[in-house]
Amino acid sequence: MKKLINKTLVALTAASLSFGVLAASSNIKLESANTDINDKTSLVNGAKLFMNYCAGCHSIEFMRYNRIGQDLGLSDEQVNDLIFDDKKPGDPITSSISEEGAKKWFGNVPPDLSLVSRSKGVDWIYTYLKGFYEEKGRIFGVNNTVLANASMPDVLWEIKQSKSEDAYNQDVRDITNFLDYVGEPAKLVRTSLGYKVLGFLFVLFVLSYLLKKEYWKDVKYGKWRARD
Amino acid sequence: MDNNKNWIDQRFPLTKVWNEHLAEYYTPRNFNFWYFFGSLAILVLVMQLLTGIFLTMHYKPDETQAFASVEYIMRDVDWGWLIRYMHSTGASAFFVVIYLHMYRGLLYGSYKAPRELIWILGMVLYIVLMAEAFMGYVLPWGQMSYWGAQVIISLFGSVPVVGPDLLVWILGDYAVGDAALNRFFALHVIALPLILVVLVFLHIVALHTVGSNNPDGIEIKKNKDKDGIPKDGIPFHPYYSVKDIVGVVVFLIIFSAVVFFSPALNGYFLEHANFVEANPLKTPEHIAPLWYLTPFYSVLRAIPPLFGSQFPGVLAMFAALFILFALPWLDRSKVKSIRYRSAPYKVALGIFVISFIWLGYLGMQPVTELNALLARIFTAAYFGFFILMPWFTSIGETKPVPERLTE
Repeated sequence: MKKLINKTLVALTAASLSFGVLAASSNIKLESANTDINDKTSLVNGAKLFMNYCAGCHSIEFMRYNRIGQDLGLSDEQVNDLIFDDKKPGDPITSSISEEGAKKWFGNVPPDLSLVSRSKGVDWIYTYLKGFYEEKGRIFGVNNTVLANASMPDVLWEIKQSKSEDAYNQDVRDITNFLDYVGEPAKLVRTSLGYKVLGFLFVLFVLSYLLKKEYWKDVKYGKWRARD
Repeated sequence: MDNNKNWIDQRFPLTKVWNEHLAEYYTPRNFNFWYFFGSLAILVLVMQLLTGIFLTMHYKPDETQAFASVEYIMRDVDWGWLIRYMHSTGASAFFVVIYLHMYRGLLYGSYKAPRELIWILGMVLYIVLMAEAFMGYVLPWGQMSYWGAQVIISLFGSVPVVGPDLLVWILGDYAVGDAALNRFFALHVIALPLILVVLVFLHIVALHTVGSNNPDGIEIKKNKDKDGIPKDGIPFHPYYSVKDIVGVVVFLIIFSAVVFFSPALNGYFLEHANFVEANPLKTPEHIAPLWYLTPFYSVLRAIPPLFGSQFPGVLAMFAALFILFALPWLDRSKVKSIRYRSAPYKVALGIFVISFIWLGYLGMQPVTELNALLARIFTAAYFGFFILMPWFTSIGETKPVPERLTE
């Protein structure tokens, strides 16, 4: 039996190793975002930056202002500071740009970003935001390394020019971190709850194993041992 | 207490059923690792039913609201995220458990006489489960839900003569849309789960009629003591019930690790593209079904079209599934268990397992020249396992099977 399991494992490992070789084929190298969802300062800064630089055009319609407040521990005043139009704290975060205007100015409607971290991943967002470079002839004078011919201007250029490289990277990281949170607010509590659940299950495992062992004494030495 | 029991027993065979199926149901004493997956499959089924009920309370089967209602569950419903992740992880866990359960059958010849009917009922269960999972995956109405459904359902359109009409009949429309979403919802929450539960009941009734096989592949009922109890048997309850609890806890540890730490499992359990709402005008670059369907998807793609029709591939895909039904009659070996099988069978089983895993992997990858070639080779190996089985199970030296369990 052990031999059989071993053989199966060897076959599986061999198979998965060869998978790795085949799977290694992606053309754009994404920078690691190194975000930390438990870093509240980063999330709050990311929320502010998002509202200032992104929310004018991009909605995050599955998110409400006051939910951000609750999750990130903001006061009512701080939540109000995130709202730039006449919306209420319980409203979903939609952009103020009109569909027609967007089409006229950018060629298409800026996508909702509620789930961008889940469909594209944080590394993609981080690399994309940093990936703008100057190119003459494009409407906003820039192109992007990750998403070729993106119709978005380099909205963060001001930060890029006024701050040090590290500070700029941190700001981009904070926006990315915020979008990761927006993609899945439950992520804030999921892992910490997970440790508790696993802890409980390990205790239960020890108890259930001891229970099994106790009962199986009957099978090994007692009433139900092999009979002739 | 005893009085109450009498009262019930006079009106319902409670004690009788308890004894026949648990306390005096004699099971081989030598079950190993591979025997946990039957009880785990029941656990996952119950978990899917329970979490499914709560999801149904908040989900909206409507093409304009479905996607948002899932995000509503993930964000605004109390514990909705946990229930949804348990359900989505449960779907993949179901297939992990079922594939290991079926592999156990292959290892120890559990499908051989007198257990052919258990195998057949199990195969029907497996196919219904695939349909259940496929329809469930359409409900969140993401890009992969939509385009996966579009690809799979369009296969029926390749059936000669009636194909196009069949397609419209299945979809209730000319394309995947609100009508399809609503009927898939109905099938996913009522029809198929009902069939699953009934089939599980029949599967267990059939099992308890002939009794379990075991890693030695010996019939324990051949050796009974003076009381008519199999000498190598032990009562299922309490011995295997307490043992299965350990299995359940270990399973829950692995399951929780996924649910709490990596619910999307890097796109294997929840595909990245499915976090984008279905858009009939925008085909994703790469459409792949979830991992548990990919071996058969690979077979489908491996067969080249004939006269511009995909039908041969579709036939091959269904053949790959339905050929499993014939297993009890293709296997001519005198022995059941891998422990006493001849060398040719062991080699063939090894090739089969590697082929199946590779087909599964290739089904997730884009088609390239190399991938297409590999898919064809492994498809040939997959079918070869079944077609050549009557031959390779009747050659080679089998080891002598002992009279009693070896422990």
